[in-house]
Amino acid sequence: MSDGGGMVDGGGGGRPERVDVRKTYKLFIGGKFPRSESGRSYPVQNSNVALASRKDVRDAVLAARAAVKGWSGTTAYNRGQVLYRVAEMLEGRRDQFVGLGVPAAEVDDAIDRWVWYAGWSDKITQVYGNANPVAGPYFNLSAPEPTGVVGVLAPAEPALLGLVSVVAPAIVTGNTVVVLVADTSPLPAITLSEVLATSDLPGGVVNLLTGRPTETGSWLAGHMDVNALDLTGVTDPGFGTELERAAAGNLKRVLRPPAEPVDWAADPGIGRMTAFLETKTVWHPKGV
Amino acid sequence: MTATTTSARSDLSEVGRSEATLRTFLHGLPGVDQVGAEQRAAMLGTRSIKTTAKAWAIDLAIRMVDLTTLEGADTPGKVRALAAKALRPDPADPSCPAVAALCVYPTMVPVAAAALWGAASGSGRPTADGSRMGLLGEPIDDGGPAIGRPPAGGATRVHLASVATAFPSGQAPLEIRLADTRAAVAGGADEIDMVISRGAFLSGRYQQVYDEIVAVKAACGDAHLKVILETGELATYDNVRRASWLAMLAGADFIKTSTGKVPVAATLPVTLVMLEAVRDFRAATGRQVGVKPAGGIKTTKDAVKYLVLVNETAGEDWLHPDWFRFGASSLLNDLLMQRTKLTTGVYSGPDYFTLD
Repeated sequence: MSDGGGMVDGGGGGRPERVDVRKTYKLFIGGKFPRSESGRSYPVQNSNVALASRKDVRDAVLAARAAVKGWSGTTAYNRGQVLYRVAEMLEGRRDQFVGLGVPAAEVDDAIDRWVWYAGWSDKITQVYGNANPVAGPYFNLSAPEPTGVVGVLAPAEPALLGLVSVVAPAIVTGNTVVVLVADTSPLPAITLSEVLATSDLPGGVVNLLTGRPTETGSWLAGHMDVNALDLTGVTDPGFGTELERAAAGNLKRVLRPPAEPVDWAADPGIGRMTAFLETKTVWHPKGV
Repeated sequence: MTATTTSARSDLSEVGRSEATLRTFLHGLPGVDQVGAEQRAAMLGTRSIKTTAKAWAIDLAIRMVDLTTLEGADTPGKVRALAAKALRPDPADPSCPAVAALCVYPTMVPVAAAALWGAASGSGRPTADGSRMGLLGEPIDDGGPAIGRPPAGGATRVHLASVATAFPSGQAPLEIRLADTRAAVAGGADEIDMVISRGAFLSGRYQQVYDEIVAVKAACGDAHLKVILETGELATYDNVRRASWLAMLAGADFIKTSTGKVPVAATLPVTLVMLEAVRDFRAATGRQVGVKPAGGIKTTKDAVKYLVLVNETAGEDWLHPDWFRFGASSLLNDLLMQRTKLTTGVYSGPDYFTLD
């Protein structure tokens, strides 16, 4: 091939040095990849990442709200299957995550974590629900139910394991989430959204917004159609207090920022699942 | 600006004299530039209305809403609940204006009249002896019980509109349609939404449509007459323009796009054509006619687009609830959510407003 067009010739082999296609990533809202309403982006590792605005938060909450009925209405067994399928697809993208700079051990932990939570979907009710003894001819049952739309501020580190560890426990019980991804390491989250978009997960169950959580966080925390808030990713105590105050407007359930650094590789227990469950008490007469 | 009549201030009183004069006049109207109308409507839809202008537009849009329930399953309880919402759309915010009108089927008119006007100008509730008291139980004396009739005036006066004339098809003998109208007016409706006979219009029997509108207008008495063109069934913008002129010539106080019962309801280009018609009708006759798009307007963004269209096409004179209305039900909640967002600074959710 003649090199007449000003291409860079890479080392005399005749084949011009290839210029990487710089990718411009978009947001993940309602199962689709829209551009940020604001049109803004910021550079990360040689690619452009969308900078979400408050209107993107609003759109994501709308999508998450619309998905609650369908997702919480599926059987727990079916949710488990869908999430397990996601884990299979994460396995298939293992090398891609490693290529983004995520340590291989962390990728493996993240996939295992996802499988672990997927397995809980049809077991959490037995563990967390109860048949209560009462003085009367009634069954009295405590049945856990999803809270609804959960706003999540994801931890910056570890980028993939941390994200999976906050998203999976919220959705496995039937909640839908709007996740504000930490601005320092968004690429694993974007790859995760590409996995989710091609999986069987209904659109809107997980919505991932890249950008600056310090800018969009208060809009999510104050949104009256969000039922719960997970502040695990908040490191600045002042910002955490501000978000908690905004969340008080409609009495959101708030999972506060961790007091001490979290060991993400350790057994997480069921606390993150039960944090976003409400308990419904049901009476039923015996012998009817 | 495209004038849709050739002669300004011409004498239009003779147009309705015969089938031939009507046909000559209506077919003499210039054709609508379809591409141009759609482009202009789309272009005006891109205007950005923000901050104080948005707050003003939202309040105006709320005041323009004809809060509508037209279901076979309407019950007196639902109509009463909707009447309460019409009078005070956002109970949490006293500064939120009331809507323009409540729109119901004729059988629900007495219930709606009692719910709207049995309460003193919207801020009270009826007591057992027919007198009224305010929200805090204080007696209200403004000239005796007003159950079943509109109050004399006042800032929170909500009109009561009723569809009539065999809504939504209009396919019933004229006598039945007139009786339908009289019943609604007798029940207390002060606005009547009639449908034209699309079958007659589309087969070119303009005189019949004209005479029917004149007859319904007579049956309305003092009530305002809104004429529903059902533009989704008229097929072309030319037909929309002709039907608009026909209705206005026959005495309509308002022209309305749709019943909301056919798949294609109000669109921006159709409303543009109708706004041009009312603008030119006023230029030709001096009489101002209102426009009401109905059906399919669900979001604040849509409503603001319509307001821009009104301002840019017919002019500021039409930016008033007396001259422009939205026929809608779910639109109101979106307007309220946007309004709450502007006043509180946080996004609101549908849980905080009534279902309807």
